[in-house]
This record gives sequence, structure tokens and C-alpha cells, in this order.
Amino acid sequence: MDPMNYIVLAAIVFTIGAVGVLVRRNAIIVFMCVELMLNACNLAFVAFARMHGGIEGQVIAFFVMVVAAAEVVVGLAIIMQIFRTRRSASIDDANLLKN
Amino acid sequence: MTSTLAAGGYAATTAADGGVLSYAWLMIALPLLGAAVLLLGGKRTNAWGHWLAIAAALSSFVWAVLSLGQLLGRAPEERSVTVHVYQWIKVGTFDIDLSLLIDPLSMTFALLITGVGSLIHIYSVGYMAHDENRRRFFAYLNLFVAAMLVLVLADNYAVLFLGWEGVGLASYLLIGFWQHKPAAAVAAKKAFLINRVGDIGLLVSIMLLFTTFGTVTFHPVFESVDGAGRGLMTAVGLLLLLGACGKSAQLPLQAWLLDAMEGPTPVSALIHAATMVTAGVYLIVRSGPIFEAAPTAQLVVTIVGAATLLAGAIIGCAKDDIKKALAGSTMSQIGYMTLAAGLGPIGYAAAIAHLVTHGFFKAGLFLGAGSVMHAMNDEVDMRRYGGLRTVMPVTFATFGVGYLAIIGVPFLSGWWTKEGIIQAAFDSGGLTGQILGWVTVLGAGLTAFYMSRIMFLTFFGTKRWAKDANPHESPAVMTVPMIILAIGSAALGAVLVVNYTLANFLAPVVGAPAHEFDLVHMLTSPYSLAALVLMIVGVAYAWVRYANDKVPVTAPKGNFITVAAREELYGNAINEGLFMRPGQQLTRATVAFDDHGVDGVVTGIARSVRAASENLRLTQTGFARSYALTMLFGAAVVVVTTLGVNLA
Repeated sequence: MDPMNYIVLAAIVFTIGAVGVLVRRNAIIVFMCVELMLNACNLAFVAFARMHGGIEGQVIAFFVMVVAAAEVVVGLAIIMQIFRTRRSASIDDANLLKN
Repeated sequence: MTSTLAAGGYAATTAADGGVLSYAWLMIALPLLGAAVLLLGGKRTNAWGHWLAIAAALSSFVWAVLSLGQLLGRAPEERSVTVHVYQWIKVGTFDIDLSLLIDPLSMTFALLITGVGSLIHIYSVGYMAHDENRRRFFAYLNLFVAAMLVLVLADNYAVLFLGWEGVGLASYLLIGFWQHKPAAAVAAKKAFLINRVGDIGLLVSIMLLFTTFGTVTFHPVFESVDGAGRGLMTAVGLLLLLGACGKSAQLPLQAWLLDAMEGPTPVSALIHAATMVTAGVYLIVRSGPIFEAAPTAQLVVTIVGAATLLAGAIIGCAKDDIKKALAGSTMSQIGYMTLAAGLGPIGYAAAIAHLVTHGFFKAGLFLGAGSVMHAMNDEVDMRRYGGLRTVMPVTFATFGVGYLAIIGVPFLSGWWTKEGIIQAAFDSGGLTGQILGWVTVLGAGLTAFYMSRIMFLTFFGTKRWAKDANPHESPAVMTVPMIILAIGSAALGAVLVVNYTLANFLAPVVGAPAHEFDLVHMLTSPYSLAALVLMIVGVAYAWVRYANDKVPVTAPKGNFITVAAREELYGNAINEGLFMRPGQQLTRATVAFDDHGVDGVVTGIARSVRAASENLRLTQTGFARSYALTMLFGAAVVVVTTLGVNLA
């Protein structure tokens, strides 16, 4: 199968994720969209690694997974705290740093 | 033209060998100490300060007389003595000692300064008796005497410049002594500024001398003058002349002297008549070898002298303020000296002789004018005087002697020395000599007219006094100095000129007189007879016009010459139009450029940064999603740019 298809798929998934980050208000959904973008990147890395016959892309995909896992831990904790204090998971409400 | 001077006295400069001459610096130190005590001592010295100042000036005079005695004890060719005081500046090859040169020329000046200075110190005790700042006045007078002695006793141009600036400072302080009067404060500033123009000339000429000869000491400079280029010497000579013009109120830097009369009258007598204003003549005579190597510069000196001689006399003819009329006369008489100094060796001795006698009779005239003002409640308008000869007999007599001396009545001081200058001018030969000679003769006639005008308006005619005037003779402390100066005005000329006593004394420095002393020739030469006739005409015309009952109390309108002379020949208008207004415009333009140009750039940058941040601030909305959009946009830009760069 042509690796180019994976690249196109990665681009589509990344675009879905990016649009989701921009248009959705629910922090959980935004968070999941970020995960989509990260995984689209992983897919692209692996596809490129396959295309060029190297392993660097695969190694970086592992790094990204580790970073994403850490990010989920921290990010979910922050979202939980915001929800507890403000009774809302909308990211538009979280604007205390403005002004 | 080879220098007669360098071959003469300068080559034989010897070091002082103990005795009075080794301590010649005391002449300067004593008045300087007096000034320091009076200025630092403050009010504590009010009671006796003026006596201390007089003691300082007198002891300086005594020391000068003792020095002269020792100098006369030496052979004529050994009369140039250097007194090393201390090393002043030493930077690399720039090595200046504070040394004094005691020679006939500097001693002549030292005696004039300390002698007339002491008399005027004494006079000031009476004149300034009612001034609460009398102590400060005396401190400045002492400062002046010290600075003037530094000027004339210096053995190099750097120390001379120190004294030059010192007398400028003293002059400034004393013209503006009554600084609560705006006119006095302005006059002081004016004198200071115009002098500064001249000082630049002197300073640049000193720099030129140093770069050329590597030294600024008189004796080595004068010895090597012949080796330097004529163009350079002309430049140095003209710059020295600029300095002399500033200090001596010669055209074109003459405008300050008449305003300087705002100072107390003893100051006008000492600084602006007898001593400081003659410093320019001293500079030219002292720098004789330089001028002799630059005939063009010499010619310019004589032209400046002749022009000032006439301009000063014309101004003196029209001024109603007695001090300003005398100041015009001072300009004119210094014009005589400058003219003579520009003639070279044949004129130096004549210039110095006239300088000394002028110091006496002009100081006497000013002190007389001060005595009259003192009696008339500080009225200076001669049209409000008249008939004072009966009220103030001593002042009238002393002023009268000075008057007869300055107009050149035969056998009085002024006649001897002015004849010397007329003689020297005609002797210089050629068409230039004829023109200069006739200018000096014409000047003698003008002198007779304006001085007679002052004399008749003040002491003769009807009493045109102000209602509250109650004139009285001045106290002895004022009249005694006037009497001594009057004696000098009468007799000094004969003492100095008969058998060329002064000229022979000065010979080691300025060259021997050109011919034998010949009294018959002096009396019967057509030029001196012409001068005599013009003098009589001048006196007679003044008698007809001013010694009668018809002198109006307010000045009549007068013809255009009178108006021009009253306006000081438009010297102030010329300065104002040529320098002051353009200078003001330039200042305004510079300020405007600074305000709008330089400041505009600075504030403009600040303002644009501020405006940019105001706009940039709006992007901080607080919406996380708009930030995310910005990030995406930025990332897209990066990607597109990278692609673009890679593909290109």
C-alpha cells in the first residue's frame, strides 16, 4: 500500500483535531482534539520513517506518546480543578488572567 | 627687515642674581594677597579693608621703584632679567615656567600701574565712602593690579595670557560693580563678550607660535622669528592685533569701552583709561620682532590706529555724558599709541611715552570727572553742569592741567609725547607716512575741540544745574591724588622726552631712537606748527560754541554727523545687525531644531512604540481559542515560509 495514503490520512486527522481545538468550547473535547493532532503527527512520523527506511520517525513517535501521556496527566488534573472551582468545563470561562 | 630688537636686549637676558629683583614676584603677590584677604575675610575686614588694599598697592609700588633702582644699576645691555618663580606646566615638550621678565619696558608699565593704581586706590577711599560694598571694590582693585602686573611682567605668552584674562575678569567685575543697575550688568557682559573675541585672536596666535617654534617664551621666539615664513608671521601679527583691539577698544572691537563707563569712576580712570586698555599697545610693542617680520600686519596696525584715532575723537565731540566723552578720548589717544606702535622701532618709544603720560593726564581727567559727579549727585550730563570753576577750585585746577596736557599745549606732557608720535608718523616715509602724519595732526585738532567742549561745558558758562544740586569741593583724600596726577600731567612729558630719557631707557628692548633729540626741530617743524594751529582753532571754536550762556540744557537735534557721533558711529547698530541678530536667529533655529528635530525623533519613537503596544494589547483577549488560532496561523506561516525557501 502506498505510504502516501497514511500521510493524507494524518493530514485529515490533524485538520479535524485542529478545527476541533478552535471551535469546541468543552475543555475535555478540546483536550481530545489535541490528542488527535498528536496522534496524526505520530502517524505522519511513522509513515515518513517507512518511506525513508529509517527508524528515527518511529523513535520520535515513541517520544511523542510519552509526552502525550504526561500531558494527559497534567492537563486532566488542571481541567478537573477548574471544573471543581468554577462549575464549568468551558474554556471560554477560564479567563482570570485577562487584564 | 632684520630685527633690531633680537640683536639687542633679548639676546642678553640674564637670570636674577639675588637682591630686590629676585623677589620681583612680590610686586604681584602683595596685591594678590590683599585681594585674597579682603574677599575671604568678608565683613570682618570692612573697617580696615580699604587701608589694607592701599598698603598692598603702595608696597607693590615701592618694590617696583626698588627694582627700577637695581635695574638702573646694571649696564644698559644687561637690563633684561628673568626671574624664575616656579614651573607651571610641563607636558612632554610643552614646558612653561611662571617666570617674570624684568626689563625697561615691563618696569615702565609696572611703575605706571602701581603708581597710578595706588593714587586711584587712595582716591577711591573718598569716592566710595558711602558704598556699603567698598571692601569688595577694593578687593577687585587689588585683583586688577595683580593681574595687570602678571600681564606686563610675564616672560612668555602663556603667563601674559593669564594676566590678560585676569584683567578681563577684574574689568568685568568692576564695570558690573553696581550690578543692581541693569545698565551696569549689561555693560559688564558686553565688555566681557567683546574682549572674548579679541582673546580668541591672542590664544590662536599663541598656539601658532607654539606649533612653529615649540616655545612661547618671548626671547627664544623673537630670536627665531626671521627663520619663520612671512605669511605665518603676518597671520600671527594680525591675530595678536585682534587681541590688542579687543583689550584696547580699537576698531572693530571698540563698542564696549563707552558702555564700560557704567562702572565706578575710579575704575574708569584706572582700568579703562590709564592701564588695562593700553595692554594692547603693550602687546604690540612687546611683540615688535613679530610685527617687524610682517609688514602687512604692521600696516594694518597703523590703519586700525588711525581709524580709531579719528572715530574716538568724533564720538568724543558729540557725547553729553562727561565720562563717555572722556572714553571717546581714550579710544582716540590709544589710537595714537597703536598707530605709533605699528610704525615699528621708530614709533615704539613714542607709543610708550604717550601711553605713560596719557596714563597720568587721562587718569587725572577721570578723577576730576568723578569729583564733579560726586559733587553733583552723580549727574553725568555735561549740559547740567556749567560754571563749576568757582565752586570746585581744586578740581578745576587739576582737571585744567590735564586738559591743557591732553590738547597738547607746548611743554606740557601731552605735547611732548604727541609730538613724538606725529614726528614718527611723518618720519616713517612715503605716502603712508604722509597720510598717517596728517591723521595725527587732524586728531590733535579734534582733541582740542572735544576736550575744550568738556572743559567749557563743565567749568565755564552759566550754571545749568539740577534744582537739588549742591556742588562742593571733594575731600582731601580725593583731591590729593588729583593734584599728584596733575603734577605728572604737567611735568612728566618733559622728564621722559627731553634728551629721549625714556627712549634711551627702553632702547635695549625696542631699539635706539632714530635721531638726536632736537627741541628746536620739535617746535618749528611745519607739522608741529600745523598741529598747534589746529589746536588753537579747535579751542577757539569750542569757546565760541560752549563757553557762553546759550548752551541748551537738552541736546539739540544736530546734523547727521552729530547724530552719528552720538550713536557712537553706529558701532552698536553694526554689531547688532551683523552679529547679535544673526546670532539670535541661529540660537533660535538651534533651539527649534533641538525641540522639534532631536526631541521629535526621541519622543516620536516613544510615541510610536506606545501606539504599537496599545494595538498589540488588544490581541490579549483572554480567549484560549483565539490564542490557539494565532498559534495555528503562526505555525502555518512557518510551514509556508519553509516550503517557499526550500522550493525557491
